[in-house]
Amino acid sequence: MPRVTLVEGINLALARALADDPDVVLIGEDIGVNGGVFRATAGLQQRFGALRVQDTPLAEGLIGGMAVGMASQGLKVVAEIQFMGFLYPALDQIANHMARMRNRTRGRLTCPVVMRMPHGGGIHAPEHHSESLEVLLAHHAGLRVLCPSSPARAYGLLLAAIRDPDPVMFLEPTRLYRLAKQDVLDDGRALPLDEAVVLREGDDVTLVTWGAMVHDTLRAADELMNEKISCEVIDLSSLSPIDHDTILESVGHTGRLVIVHEAARNAGLGAEIAATVAEKALYDLLAPVVRVTGYDTVMPYFAMERSYILSVARIVDAAKQTLQG
Amino acid sequence: MKTIAQFAIGYEQLLDAEGRACGDLPPFANDADAMRRMYSMMVLCRLFDTKAINLQRTGRLGTYAPCTGHEATHVAVGAAMRPEDVLCPVYREYGTQIWRGVTLTEILTYWAGDERGTDFAGPREDFPWCVPIGSQTPHAAGVAMAFKMRRQPRCAVAYIGDGGTSQGAFHEAINLAGAHRLPVVFVVVNNGWAISVPVAQQTAAQTFAQKGLGNGVPGVQCDGNDILAVRKVMEDALERARSGEGPTVVEAVTYRLSDHTTADDASRYRPQGELDAAWQREPLLRTRRFMEQRGFWDESREAALRADCVAQIEAAVHGYQNRPAADTDHMFDHLFAHPPAALGEQMLTARQYGKTGSH
Ligand SMILES: Cc1ncc(C[n+]2csc(CCOP(=O)(O)OP(=O)(O)O)c2C)c(N)n1
Ligand SMILES: [Mg+2]
Repeated sequence: MPRVTLVEGINLALARALADDPDVVLIGEDIGVNGGVFRATAGLQQRFGALRVQDTPLAEGLIGGMAVGMASQGLKVVAEIQFMGFLYPALDQIANHMARMRNRTRGRLTCPVVMRMPHGGGIHAPEHHSESLEVLLAHHAGLRVLCPSSPARAYGLLLAAIRDPDPVMFLEPTRLYRLAKQDVLDDGRALPLDEAVVLREGDDVTLVTWGAMVHDTLRAADELMNEKISCEVIDLSSLSPIDHDTILESVGHTGRLVIVHEAARNAGLGAEIAATVAEKALYDLLAPVVRVTGYDTVMPYFAMERSYILSVARIVDAAKQTLQG
Repeated sequence: MKTIAQFAIGYEQLLDAEGRACGDLPPFANDADAMRRMYSMMVLCRLFDTKAINLQRTGRLGTYAPCTGHEATHVAVGAAMRPEDVLCPVYREYGTQIWRGVTLTEILTYWAGDERGTDFAGPREDFPWCVPIGSQTPHAAGVAMAFKMRRQPRCAVAYIGDGGTSQGAFHEAINLAGAHRLPVVFVVVNNGWAISVPVAQQTAAQTFAQKGLGNGVPGVQCDGNDILAVRKVMEDALERARSGEGPTVVEAVTYRLSDHTTADDASRYRPQGELDAAWQREPLLRTRRFMEQRGFWDESREAALRADCVAQIEAAVHGYQNRPAADTDHMFDHLFAHPPAALGEQMLTARQYGKTGSH
């Protein structure tokens, strides 16, 4: 079994999809000879040719729009947006066309597109390269939004996304691209969509998070365990739809909930999770829900990003807060 | 079928590869001081670039976008503009920015991931660097609209790369500028590459100068490594804009002699032979030869200039490395003129948990 990084897991899944299905096409900026600025598509153009792995002109609106057109002809487009901060011109196409083509045409035309993009900060990149904009996507009906937290999950979820007949937004935690290696069996097996995963079982507090923050949250859970506080850690994984059942079940058991996300607090996904718990499980709660999130500031240039991206200490303190009183 | 409209794109070159004049020279070309000033700025940019790359390689600067190879274009545009004009840059046009008063310390501060680098002490109305490709071009059109509405004899200048011309925003901006005859010049810096994508793959257009024609905006191409040609073409375009005749697309053909940024490795996608050939056309030596032929320059001036540039750069690096540390309030203190009260609580949390990064 190869030991691979998250970005290599993505590369394996893309290669597998290209090999398995002649309708799969990759498009994006610098994904061809250069293999993508993060190397996610390294070697794929050489292997599958310049039509199936296409460098586009430098235009994200174009990438979103051409994907819609190609998909309407039954191609399965996997598009790369080079950094999430450059998503905005594509949002017009994603929100107004990709997300609703099936609905508008009563299922006549569909959009089997995957939009891959780096997510989050922490790699000392220039401005607009470190954003966490999942809510911009999760807000649109008709889209699935995924965010893997490990090489194996990236591999399996990406295959699931490519095989799904609807548009899937695939957010790749930049900080995890090369953070750690994991054994990934390149067996072409997809992971289920729409499901959160319980990464660690525990009794006292439920910690829900996704993407790169999964790792900091697991570290916080370790620290809390040293103080005899047992945490259940949930990797949300599917940011839209949210697997509320898994969260509600956990909160039913622990009675305490901390939601951790790198994105800004205001109108973040944490609010959606907290509201659903308030609606469906208020009486299970032993303490108010706590959100540990990015600040409602612009993602700062990188000199300050370590202050913006929340720390393990903040997660630990938030969990303890739910245990007070 | 009869022809109802015809278009042509002119090409300007005033210096050949050996630095010999090959056209009617504009007045500034005979002005020793003007030429020395431009050449000095080109050398400063080249040496600054080397220093910045070195700082990045040794962990003292973040990702940096070099300007090596583009100096003639950048400096000529700066020299052609007036101080009261407004610049909307992309990210590597330091020659124009420094000419207009942006400091080397500010440039380093920006690439160190510190917003204070964009608070230019010099050109207060110039725009900061613009990373989202293409999005600066409508700003320039908007600035020009304001100048026109207020009847101010000022111009806006927007830079864009060859890759950037593929963005819709560029075409939208040109279209508006043409329709309203706005005082703006769009400078397309054609350096052959948009990261790994060569021009031939970006567009089927023969030139980038013609990108305005479909919107009724004239264009001209020039040798972007020929400082005389770029300045001449820019002066003409700015004069046209200032006198109410409307916008121009200026294409400067140059070459990116570096990697795209320090995070890039161009050897993965760019043939070495192409790079070697491009070095034969680089702009500094050409300008120097021209000046030596005219008696404007000699070895001792060159030595003095280089020493002066090194001193300036060292002072800038010192200023950059010794700038006051930013604290976590920095994230909050310029979000709004009147910050919402709720942000106060987050500011306190940030103070409690904040760590500032390196650089
Ligand atoms: C909207 C947007 N998409 C993608 C990028 C990533 N990116 C940064 S520079 C660049 C290439 C720019 O090429 P060009 O316009 O020719 O300018 P040059 O770097 O050659 O000066 C790309 C794709 C970006 N900054 N903004
Ligand atoms: Mg370019």
